[in-house]
Amino acid sequence: MKKQEKKPVKQLEALGSKLVADIEKGKNPTIEFSLRSLSNVVFDKDTKTLGLGEKLQQRTFFNVGHAKKFLQTLEVAKVSKNLLDVGKHASLRDVFYMAKRTIANSNINIVDDQSESDKSLEDLELITDLSREQLNINANKMGSVAGNVTIEDSGDTINWAKLGSGGWSIPSNVEEIEFKSVKAKYIIYMEKQAVWERLHEDKFWEKQNCIIVTSQGQTTRGIRRLLQRLSQEHNLPLYVLADFDPWGFYIYSVLKFGSINLAHMSGTMTLQNARFLGITGDDANNYDLKKHFIKFKDVDMTRLKQISEYDWFKKNKEWQRQFKMMKDFGAKLEIQALSSKGITFISDKYLPEKIRKGEFLE
Amino acid sequence: MAKEAEKYIPVADELAKRQKEISVAEFFTKNRHLLGFDNKRKALLMTVKEAVDNSLDACEEARVLPEITVEIVEMSEFKYKVVIEDNGPGIVKKQIPNIFAKLLYGSKFHTLKQARGQQGIGISAAVLYAQLTTGRPVKITSRIGKKEPAHYYELNIDTQTNKPMIAKEEVVEWHMEHGTRVEIDLEAEYLKGNQSVDEYLKQTAVINPHVTIIYTNPKSEQVIYARGTDNLPDEAKEIKPHPYGIELGMLLDKLRWTESRTLQSFLTSEFSRVGPGTAKEICEHAAVLPNTKPSEVSRDMGERLINGIQKTKIIAPPTDCLSPIGRELLEKGLRKEIKAEFYCTTSRPPSVYRGNPFIIEVGVAYGGEIPKDEKVNILRFANRVPLLYQEGACGMTDSITETSWKTYGLNQSGDSIPVGPAVILVHMSSVWVPFTSESKEAIAHYAEIIKEIKLGLQECGRMLGSYVRKKYKVSEQIERANMFERYIPEIADSLSVLSGEKKEKILQGLQKMLVKPEIKNEIIQDDEDDKMYRMDFKNKKEENEEAREETG
Repeated sequence: MKKQEKKPVKQLEALGSKLVADIEKGKNPTIEFSLRSLSNVVFDKDTKTLGLGEKLQQRTFFNVGHAKKFLQTLEVAKVSKNLLDVGKHASLRDVFYMAKRTIANSNINIVDDQSESDKSLEDLELITDLSREQLNINANKMGSVAGNVTIEDSGDTINWAKLGSGGWSIPSNVEEIEFKSVKAKYIIYMEKQAVWERLHEDKFWEKQNCIIVTSQGQTTRGIRRLLQRLSQEHNLPLYVLADFDPWGFYIYSVLKFGSINLAHMSGTMTLQNARFLGITGDDANNYDLKKHFIKFKDVDMTRLKQISEYDWFKKNKEWQRQFKMMKDFGAKLEIQALSSKGITFISDKYLPEKIRKGEFLE
Repeated sequence: MAKEAEKYIPVADELAKRQKEISVAEFFTKNRHLLGFDNKRKALLMTVKEAVDNSLDACEEARVLPEITVEIVEMSEFKYKVVIEDNGPGIVKKQIPNIFAKLLYGSKFHTLKQARGQQGIGISAAVLYAQLTTGRPVKITSRIGKKEPAHYYELNIDTQTNKPMIAKEEVVEWHMEHGTRVEIDLEAEYLKGNQSVDEYLKQTAVINPHVTIIYTNPKSEQVIYARGTDNLPDEAKEIKPHPYGIELGMLLDKLRWTESRTLQSFLTSEFSRVGPGTAKEICEHAAVLPNTKPSEVSRDMGERLINGIQKTKIIAPPTDCLSPIGRELLEKGLRKEIKAEFYCTTSRPPSVYRGNPFIIEVGVAYGGEIPKDEKVNILRFANRVPLLYQEGACGMTDSITETSWKTYGLNQSGDSIPVGPAVILVHMSSVWVPFTSESKEAIAHYAEIIKEIKLGLQECGRMLGSYVRKKYKVSEQIERANMFERYIPEIADSLSVLSGEKKEKILQGLQKMLVKPEIKNEIIQDDEDDKMYRMDFKNKKEENEEAREETG
């Protein structure tokens, strides 16, 4: 067993012993941990990150509402313990299949859907105070990166500038990566894989001496952690390039302040120096993009309203101005709308100009 | 010119030669479907039904507990003999031919009183049908008392004149002290099922718990529907019409034949709920003098009177003319013939449509041997007579489909007949039941009637709903206890891996806890915490939709 796996094993054993002790005492076995719900998510004004409040939730076995969740939580704990014992890693999908089976003499499955095992794992993180990666469970690789950076990973030296058209794919656990040399001056994170490919083909990172990063839409934990380490260890500003819609704004929000869903992990994932580069409502005017507007659906408007009321956006005049513009347009805009100006418009003109002029929101 | 004039015969005269009175009997010969004799199967049902209805009406009028024997014998293919015998008061000799062999002859048409028969067509129509299809006369035996002889008749109907033709007439020996026996040979078809004689008799037994029926079907199988109570229903009183229900033609007719000398006394004597004061008020509203001679009331004045009546406040008609079954007896009837696990019934207070008082009664039987995944069985009754045909055209059916049964524990998609293990019974008692046709198969859609039926359905529905919920809850609790039993080995396995303790030990510990009373409560109670949890879960789901980042 590797050294770093000892702590997780102890934590899981402690959980098991506590519950066995409950049973021996004839007490309803109970797990207590921070309540994961919007009502217990607080915005810390000093650190400017989301965190969990002090509310606790209990999960007991002999309780009609809790029993299944209790069962699922222990099931993923068992899976994790078995992985740690043999020193292997599994993906979220693997965990789902390891837990998915029908309980004897019934038609009940322990889990029916991967979302159930995923949720249980998030709970287990909170219960044991360990990250998923520490529990030997990894997510799928989702993102790509390119730029003037050299790293060492599992004994291999990798230069992000020399990885062909695909770039380096970011693993789910980036804790063991060592940055050997970082020449880039800033990072651009984009929502769209297609935009990343555009910039990579145009050798944008080489011309501008930056790092370009993407994941397919959602920012995975591994990417958030990688961005945070790059940004903190090498003091690089991070620019976010997302669609002009409520979901694009929320991608920025998650990177900067943390997510509601994973509020318990904000400390290792938020990026204080993240900046929203575009697309903004002003871009729609300045670059004559209004003709590419996509009309709002009801759900877009609802989401916009929710976001504009978040604590961390509430008193930010610049952001409120963007929300109002979007509301008035009643429409959204994709990054790719810039292609209407010419295929390399984004890398030749739009991005350099915006960064030079310092046109971004914070 | 003159020659031509001689030759000229007006067309109207020519036509007049062919114009003659149509006899009622002839009319019904051609329009038998109007009376419900449209096919062989239905003809058999109608014949039994008309005879049984008459027997029951007669027994009740004479305050005798009815005991009726029904026998159907197959003579040859599509030829059947129907024999119905009752212990009623019998029929006086000279009336026998008229009652059985003259259409539109009867005592019930002219009175406003709750009875099964209304028009005096029924049994004679069956006789006519039998005569048309087999050529055989109807055979009647009737005796009115121990000391009287039993009379035997064989009768045909003269379809030209609508008069009885007596084929045979004699005094016979008979084992009954009083009663009537009818024997009819007709073309028919015997089938079981929803619209069969079997079903009709069974439903008759449900709605008339004081009746005993002994039934022998063509396969020589005997069924006895024994009475469940010795109490005869209250005798229904005859009432005068209520002014709100009167129409112009009827009013003018009454005015012509009345013996009253003034309009005021006409109104008070011919109508219910009209005293001198109310009569004066009606006349005032109609601008007609109260001392006008009835015979001098013109059509115009009649119209004004009708309007005057509508403007006058008159109390609702008396309801002692109705004889509802009552909640308890209705339940007894259902219990007797339908094997279910839950019964509920309701008897609504009297209400009025078009001046006619009526009472709605509703019953529901649930569970037991009633099929689970089929449409509910609807039993419709009017004045204690089952309605088997035209379910779709009936106001009772519409009231059921327009009621929302989901909240009462049955399945229902849109405005359709609910699905589930239930039988729904609706009974309307009235001095005049508004049927949609002469064959008396469906109730017309009067708003007042529909409203009352729905209220009755809702009342029973609520009782049904609370029963179904309770039942469901109990089975859910059992399910939950089982659920925990299944979870325990899984939990024990996980905990054993995590803690290193032996699985057996943990397993036993958990199983011991399962029988503890405080744990049992926890499992069985649908406690607040549970609801909160569900709420929390729901909220979380919404949040997940919000948070588009981070799942993989």
